[in-house]
Amino acid sequence: MPQLGETVTEGTVAQWLKKPGDAIEKYESFVEVSTDKVNAEVPSPVSGVLREIICKEGETVATGAPIAIIDEVGSEASAAPAAAPPAAHAPATEAPHAAVAAPSGGAVASNGHAAHGGNGFINSAEVLRRVSPAVRRLAREHHVDISTVRGTGNNGRVTANDILAAANEGPAAVMAATIMHAPQAPAAAPAARPAPGALAPPPAPEGVGRSTYASPVPGTLVPLSPARKIIAQRMSESLASAPHAWTMVEVDVSNAWAWRAKAKDRFMQEKGYALTLLPFFISAAVGAIKSNPLLNSRFTADGIYVEKHINIGIAIGMESNLVVPVIRDADTLSISGLAIAAGKLVEKARSGKLGADDLSGGTFTVNNTGANGSVLSKPIINGGQAGIVTMEAVVKRPVVIGDAIAIRSMMNVCLSLDHRVIDGTASNAFLNDLKKRLEAMGPTGDL
Amino acid sequence: MALASPASTVLNNVEAVRTTLYEALKTDDRTLILGEDVGARGNVFLITKGFIEEFGPERIVDTPLAEASIVGIAIGMAMEGLRPIAEIQFADFIYPAFNQIVGEAAKTRYRSNGDYTCPLVIRTPYGGGVRGALSHSVSIEALFYHVPGLKIVAPSFPSDVKGLLNAAIDDPDPVLFLEHKKTYRLVKGEVPSGHYTIPIGKADVKHPGDQLTVVSYGLYVHQAIEAAKRLEGDDLSVEVIDLRSIRPMDRTTILESVRKTRKLLIIHEDNKFGGIGAEISAMVAEEAFFDLDAPIRRLCGPDVPAMGYAATLEEEFMISTDRMAEAMREMVRF
Repeated sequence: MPQLGETVTEGTVAQWLKKPGDAIEKYESFVEVSTDKVNAEVPSPVSGVLREIICKEGETVATGAPIAIIDEVGSEASAAPAAAPPAAHAPATEAPHAAVAAPSGGAVASNGHAAHGGNGFINSAEVLRRVSPAVRRLAREHHVDISTVRGTGNNGRVTANDILAAANEGPAAVMAATIMHAPQAPAAAPAARPAPGALAPPPAPEGVGRSTYASPVPGTLVPLSPARKIIAQRMSESLASAPHAWTMVEVDVSNAWAWRAKAKDRFMQEKGYALTLLPFFISAAVGAIKSNPLLNSRFTADGIYVEKHINIGIAIGMESNLVVPVIRDADTLSISGLAIAAGKLVEKARSGKLGADDLSGGTFTVNNTGANGSVLSKPIINGGQAGIVTMEAVVKRPVVIGDAIAIRSMMNVCLSLDHRVIDGTASNAFLNDLKKRLEAMGPTGDL
Repeated sequence: MALASPASTVLNNVEAVRTTLYEALKTDDRTLILGEDVGARGNVFLITKGFIEEFGPERIVDTPLAEASIVGIAIGMAMEGLRPIAEIQFADFIYPAFNQIVGEAAKTRYRSNGDYTCPLVIRTPYGGGVRGALSHSVSIEALFYHVPGLKIVAPSFPSDVKGLLNAAIDDPDPVLFLEHKKTYRLVKGEVPSGHYTIPIGKADVKHPGDQLTVVSYGLYVHQAIEAAKRLEGDDLSVEVIDLRSIRPMDRTTILESVRKTRKLLIIHEDNKFGGIGAEISAMVAEEAFFDLDAPIRRLCGPDVPAMGYAATLEEEFMISTDRMAEAMREMVRF
């Protein structure tokens, strides 16, 4: 079907002017075609014999479709379909490049499309070694070490989805994201501050290999363990990048304390884990986070990412460092469930069996500084989170209730917060919410 | 060519333009059409066939071959309260009117401090792939999209054509209305009856997907959708956005999509250098850099002075559906 006009895409055979078997001269009209623009007699593109009519009178077909076969004079081979002027698109030139089916690295991009806007470099090895902005950002947000992720993109490139998959599985998460420094942990000083003037390691033949973090020898250097190096790096980073603010409330935990005292022996018997104040506290903290979701977020260059899950890191002091294993989806656990989860993590930590899974993915941290007798501390935020809350030692103190003086079990609760994310209003709303929840707990509650 | 029927009708793009113009002329006495061959000839694509008999030579004005005058006269009419719909027979002929469009129409509101507006529509067929050669194939949008005060729309589905042409006629400021001539009879679709508008400046997701965003307009939207459908067979999911309006540009729809797919391919027929794709690309790089998982890519016409007449040259200029599919595949798999 010839194209009769620039915008005509189909035509109707109005009348055949020749019958099959008729001889046709080149340029002789042999068919009349009508479109919504014009009616026209169509000249034959070749001299020959009309062999077959494909398209009957009254039929409408797209331009370029064959309507008849003319045997060209002098041509033994029958049949060049007489489709008049060739259609604008010859399919042969548009066959997909073989390279698509068999990607072969840098060579693919060089096949001639550069003039039309194909990025010549899109598959080059140079680019594949680089990390896309999305990958870099997601890796940072999810604490994923890109070098540990298996890429599924072209030539093994790590894609954004690869990072998200790794973050969901959590296997590649690094220790660095989960180990942190306890502010009141015994003596970071010896390692961190060598004596003035002692810039180079002293020869100290006797002390070599003997001075350790657990038993430091004066006048020697304690070598930095991998964990200590990471702690040092993470602490400096967190303090340097997040402007820390600090605030504290006093909480009357007399009733919660009584509840715990009443339930702990039976709990140990039935569940095999100690019932400390920690699960009560986490339960209250998680409730307060749900009402104040900004506490469960992290600051990024693009905005404040509010976490979907509430994964509570709990700081556990060790001999030479401190680990922060994570209770995942803490909001789905009861006080009893939290106690068991925490108990298991403590067991694992003490026996050195914490895995990467246990240590990754924390979104907020609870630090039981009171276990060491502290009544007030100023923790450093675990990098990539918005806050860290402490439970200080429970002490009996005289307090005024109404107009009476009573002896109550009091606990200070301290919060360090990333002031880029949270202001005083939100942080105190969180603390007061936490306080209300803890004070509402009592022996009649349900574990 | 039926003009009106209940509920909706299947129309091609020529019929969609024709119906919309007819209804505007019927319902609003301020509207009139002026241009070359719009009267006795009924427009070279027969869009206004029969109009002069029904509405008379005062509302269907045959002009000399003088584009500056067509637009200049229309500007005067618009400033004085009429709703002229000027036609530039082919976009390739618009250059003499450049000063009237850019220097006058686009600045009328600003220059008069809002005392005058210029409710003018300039319709013109553009684009290649129809063996139109040197002077019937050009894309002109990039020459005008730099100009504040001028709106540019380029719909390519019949229902969008009607809705946006109505919006252009209703608009108090000048609108350049681009009609891809290859889609004129190639594309058919349901068009609602009666008056309705589609907001100028709103893009439309014509084919949803989540692994790659393709932004296009005009003829290539149809090919891009076809290519995206082919890739579905290989479980590759491509989102095709029909820009519809070139200026103002729907940044929100583009950015939302790119933030979802993290990859962007821009396809247009106009030359690559300084084209619409350059603006989209820069905007996404500025606004969504940290969401990008692949270099932004543009598939555009080559930077040559014109589309050749020879079939081979035209095919080389026009981007085939196969090439679109190939580029999409490369980007999804990147």
